[in-house]
Amino acid sequence: MHFIQSAACAAIIAACALPVAAQVAEIGRIKVVRGQVSVERAGKSLPAVAGMPLQAGDEIRTGRDGAAGITMSDNSLLSTGPDSTLALDRFAFDTTTHQGRFDSSLKRGTLAVSSGKIARQSPESMSVKTPAAILGVRGTEFVVSAGDAAAR
Amino acid sequence: MPPRAERRRAAALAAAALLVGACAAPPPAPAPAPPPAPVDSVILLPAQDGRGTAVTLAQDGRSAVVDRPYAGARTGPAGPQGFQSSAAEVQAKFGAALAAQPPRPASFLLYFVEGRDSLTEASRAVVDRVFAEIAARPAPDIVVIGHTDSVGSQASNDALSLQRAESIRRELIRRGIGAENVIASGRGERELLVPTGDNVAEPRNRRVEIIVR
Repeated sequence: MHFIQSAACAAIIAACALPVAAQVAEIGRIKVVRGQVSVERAGKSLPAVAGMPLQAGDEIRTGRDGAAGITMSDNSLLSTGPDSTLALDRFAFDTTTHQGRFDSSLKRGTLAVSSGKIARQSPESMSVKTPAAILGVRGTEFVVSAGDAAAR
Repeated sequence: MPPRAERRRAAALAAAALLVGACAAPPPAPAPAPPPAPVDSVILLPAQDGRGTAVTLAQDGRSAVVDRPYAGARTGPAGPQGFQSSAAEVQAKFGAALAAQPPRPASFLLYFVEGRDSLTEASRAVVDRVFAEIAARPAPDIVVIGHTDSVGSQASNDALSLQRAESIRRELIRRGIGAENVIASGRGERELLVPTGDNVAEPRNRRVEIIVR
């Protein structure tokens, strides 16, 4: 009887825990949206709005007149100019120890970065990939461009 | 004619024959060069808080370090190349991206009565300033971070710091902040505001930081 009860309890606890476990962790939020901005998530294109929570794997795209600003959970600030695509490839941040890892990719366009607590805690734990290079971030403020025409 | 001079003359004739040949049959025009690969670049900006700052650009196993304001590195056919940029160039190219940068997170400190999760009198007033900051921001969200002094074990301080942060989070929600817009975390004794040895009671270390961003 006791066993059945505790098994039932365990099942209920598991059921209650499930929705929480299934919820995808928020890694940052969109704060600034100008012109055409979308978030590509799991094959869908969502219109970006200020306050929108972001998930690992999201890709932020701006149109010809667009610009977007995001604040990550570790206080990193990233903002892109027009005709830009920024992918948030990987983000992990332990709020107690500040250990973590943040990898993003600027596939095209322009990006401004102010690094946050992850880069402060362990330099080189933040990177920004471009089509031809990888940037290792020791800190703190920099701009990146991807896919410029080469000077002849 | 000495054989040496003869050899020289033969060589000159051969060279002349080559030149004539070259003129008679000009080589075909070289195939058009492939378009140069697109270039990616990074430019370091002045650090806003005086922290050390640097970025490395790695391309095909080679890398360049950029560690001065407005110094840059770009990809190139022969690997990373350094260059010097300027505030004006950065503004011209990155103005839109920089203008879209979200406001910097603002930080407020609240202090606690020793070993408890209740605020000191002076800190209650700070809470009002927090609400003013929240009202001034687009799509604000709030992080409440608890800290302890070094009295007690790390585990108990982790728990106490989170408990302090949770109590402030509940207070913010009670005063109208949406629960989905405020999270609480505890740093225990890892980030002492006033550095001390272990097991030192220090009121300035018993604090909660509210970050509005």
